[in-house]
Amino acid sequence: MKILVCISKTPDTTAKIAFKNGNTQFEETGVQWIINPYDEWYALVRAIELKEKDPSTILHLVMVGGADAEPIIRKALALGGDEAIRINTTKLQDSFYVASQIAEVAKNGGYDLIFTGKETIDYNGSSIGAMVSELLDLPYISLATKFDVQGSTATVTREIEGGEEVNEVSLPIVVSCQKGMAEARIPNMRGIMSARTKPLKVVEPIEADELTGINSFELPPAKAGVKMISPDNMAELVRLLHEEAKVI
Amino acid sequence: MVLILADQTDGQFKKTAFEALSYGAKVAEQLGTTAEAVVLGTVSADLSALGKYGIKKVHHAANESLNVLDAQLYTRVIADAVKSTEAKVLVLPHNNTGRAIAGRLSARLKAAMVPAAVSLPDTTNGFVVKKVVFSGKAFANVSLNTDIKIISLNMNAYKAVAGEGMAEVVQLNVNVDAPKVKVTATEKVKGEIPLTEATRVVSGGRGLKGPENWGIVEDLAHALDAALACSRPVADAGWRPHHEHVGQTGIAIAPNLYVAAGISGAIQHLAGVNRSKVIVVINKDAEAPFFKAADYGVVGDVFEVLPKFTEEVKKLKGA
Ligand SMILES: Cc1cc2nc3c(=O)[nH]c(=O)nc-3n(C[C@H](O)[C@H](O)[C@H](O)COP(=O)(O)OP(=O)(O)OC[C@H]3O[C@@H](n4cnc5c(N)ncnc54)[C@H](O)[C@@H]3O)c2cc1C
Ligand SMILES: Nc1ncnc2c1ncn2[C@@H]1O[C@H](COP(=O)(O)O)[C@@H](O)[C@H]1O
Repeated sequence: MKILVCISKTPDTTAKIAFKNGNTQFEETGVQWIINPYDEWYALVRAIELKEKDPSTILHLVMVGGADAEPIIRKALALGGDEAIRINTTKLQDSFYVASQIAEVAKNGGYDLIFTGKETIDYNGSSIGAMVSELLDLPYISLATKFDVQGSTATVTREIEGGEEVNEVSLPIVVSCQKGMAEARIPNMRGIMSARTKPLKVVEPIEADELTGINSFELPPAKAGVKMISPDNMAELVRLLHEEAKVI
Repeated sequence: MVLILADQTDGQFKKTAFEALSYGAKVAEQLGTTAEAVVLGTVSADLSALGKYGIKKVHHAANESLNVLDAQLYTRVIADAVKSTEAKVLVLPHNNTGRAIAGRLSARLKAAMVPAAVSLPDTTNGFVVKKVVFSGKAFANVSLNTDIKIISLNMNAYKAVAGEGMAEVVQLNVNVDAPKVKVTATEKVKGEIPLTEATRVVSGGRGLKGPENWGIVEDLAHALDAALACSRPVADAGWRPHHEHVGQTGIAIAPNLYVAAGISGAIQHLAGVNRSKVIVVINKDAEAPFFKAADYGVVGDVFEVLPKFTEEVKKLKGA
């Protein structure tokens, strides 16, 4: 079996969110970058577990990004995977453009399984996996919480409106992964050492359209400030929620 | 024309569908055109009643194959409907269905798509829609630069408005194959208000000390007609089910009222709840970071405060 895991780079979850150049760009100064948590904890770790179960599995990682993304993809390789492919572009604002790049690599790689994270924690798109699956005309199982494979049939638990369901579907497929798929791991020394020598191929992007653009960013309006209420006066809290906030 | 996916669950429509319909009708009004809906699968609800939300027509593809969310089939049917009706804007709910298909539709139609949208389009200069970014910590104004535009509307981002009106219902004749996705088991969240649909949410953190103490959280939720949520360590420890975990790595919610009891307010927790309209924080530590994000704060012991809070809510309701 051949698996491709899509890895993206995001600001650390505690990073300060600020913008520059007339609110058109994210202020990157001082920001720590991490592997997007959904890609790392759920997609990548589950793929590594599948490879541990069946060592003949080939596991590739793909990232669309500039050279500055290489430390992140090395970090991912330290967790596991045989090789990584970086598609060399810094045009990352339009999801369709990014998805077209991933689909091109996937098309040429003959993968049985393509894993993405549920969403990136910076753009919150939840859309690249769906786009890649359409570009490849493959089934898409979104928001998976459990995944197993037997021969060429995958059994996937996924979230749908109002609950969860278990699906059976033939490979090849695209799956977006979220909590439940796997438990987060930390890389060990051997992984970190071996990651340095694993192949990291750089390919140039293909021509693709950008369908959207980001005109500007904005921060939510500041809260008016907290109103403190004595723990002995819950009647006052309920009155405020009823009369002032009008939420009960 | 603006086409809206009225997403159904087990033959019924829920709040997200009404929000999407009302939003789509407003977009149509803004563009000086009409709004119509598309419905997939068999439904028991009265389709003409969707007219209350401002739409003129409902295109119904009643094929049984569409009772399963097969993203490939859904995409084909909706994309064909967009083409045959010559819709210029497609509106979907950004729920579990929308997340499965919005990206596919964008790729299939080569149409610009904005996920997690929270505003009506600004058409003064192009077509610009505001969306959530950085897990609710900021917004981006996204320009949609193609002829057909797709908007995946975040939950609780637009208020459903029901008025008068009946929609004309027409069959959408489609040829669909059997789904490639076979459903072997389903587990519905029963009896409770689903978290993402809830207008009020009561949430507990590690300050509750253990699962055996959740009764006081449940009592308040019950009195408020609220759904239950929890912080990540609470779900990780197995005190509460995973589907109640809110935050950066859990569910993002935007209810009218969010009550956080015994939760410190870590930035990753706030990421999932900071779009709530009103936040009430109950914590015994006056320095807890959550107070900075709160509208109303109570410094006190949850074991004393929650029962009193519940009692006062009941008094109000009884009155
Ligand atoms: C990448 C990443 C992603 C994460 N994603 C999430 C996420 O999605 N959701 C999430 O919730 N967390 C997430 N976290 C974890 C987050 O950083 C915090 O550790 C977590 O939210 C803390 O949960 P808590 O507030 O319940 O517990 P604690 O931090 O232990 O806080 C307990 C609070 O209860 C108060 N308390 C104690 N006893 C009482 C009492 N008797 N009465 C009143 N108050 C009391 C304390 O003063 C304290 O403020 C993530 C972390 C990382 C690194
Ligand atoms: N630049 C990228 N390179 C590789 N994979 C990506 C990239 N951006 C997003 N992805 C993948 O697509 C998923 C969903 O991203 P998004 O649609 O942007 O929320 C992520 O969790 C990643 O798995």
